[in-house]
Amino acid sequence: MSGLSGLVPLEAADGGFEAPGVHSFDVPPLFEGVPWLAWFDKYMLQAMLSVILIMAFWMIMARKAALVPSKGQYIGETAYFFVRNTIARDMIGHDFRKYLPLLIALFSFVLVNNIYGVFPLSLLPTPSHVGWPYGLAIMVWVIYNGVGIAKHGFFGYLKHTSLPSGVPAFMWPLIIPLEFISNIIVRPITLSLRLFANMFAGHLLVLVFVLGGEYLLLHSESIVNKVAGVVSLIVSMAIFGLEIFVQSLQAFIFTVLTAQYISSAAAEEH
Amino acid sequence: MTPLELTGSLGIVGYGLGAIGPGIGVGLIFASVIQGTARQPEARGAMMGTAWIGFAVTEALAIIGIALAFVFG
Repeated sequence: MSGLSGLVPLEAADGGFEAPGVHSFDVPPLFEGVPWLAWFDKYMLQAMLSVILIMAFWMIMARKAALVPSKGQYIGETAYFFVRNTIARDMIGHDFRKYLPLLIALFSFVLVNNIYGVFPLSLLPTPSHVGWPYGLAIMVWVIYNGVGIAKHGFFGYLKHTSLPSGVPAFMWPLIIPLEFISNIIVRPITLSLRLFANMFAGHLLVLVFVLGGEYLLLHSESIVNKVAGVVSLIVSMAIFGLEIFVQSLQAFIFTVLTAQYISSAAAEEH
Repeated sequence: MTPLELTGSLGIVGYGLGAIGPGIGVGLIFASVIQGTARQPEARGAMMGTAWIGFAVTEALAIIGIALAFVFG
């Protein structure tokens, strides 16, 4: 133990290295001492800003639609066609136009809020606080169940969602509870936890590399530690790159799964 | 006499165990994509689309594991 402590900065009571953990995500309210604004923290500010940013982006993109697109319009059209063709049309099929505004709004919202995790001025992904993914998942849950009930009726939707066609009668006691639990109860939980846990773990990884590297470089004596700190800070740049990839992928996955849930709820009987 | 004493959280060991399954799963997904690409190179785009979804769904298990390791750690 004593041999290690010279090499590895262990958690110490005298102001040593404090490892990042769950407490790193507890941000204080923006206006301390104002009781009725206690809910207004960094997450809330980021989410509000993201809504303004997304609305501005799509309104500017939609305003000057020319036959020969400018560079800006080209970017907007690429983003629009990505959601429209790759997500909505491939997942939902011929009836996809109704759900396109929802999917584009979801994709933009999740993407912008994830990218906050690597944006230099914010550096905190909003979905790393579990309440935000919960809210999004509850909204998706209400929508896909609503679509199914509107299409099949209440009992028709229950039958549609918990009993795949072509199952022999002696399998029903096994299949019906399994399908019901997986389609109604587990889907929103995994949808929200996947987004939350990816953002949480990714932000934690960034914190470990950056804070650990900073501590090794600036607050320890031995030269080995300083070299390790520099290496850790350089590797943290690669971690940021990985984070950009994961954040975009999770926004894509969230939207794809939403489209898939809607499509399976609205599907015709075969 | 205590031959060896370790301190820390058992949750991290649990996360290590929990990461085995998703590791195997992600490996299987991309092994299949590589095989499929070798057999039919022009189908690569269609396969990659499905593979990313499968990757994210599988990887979520490991990610949920690390979150739970912190929650119970």
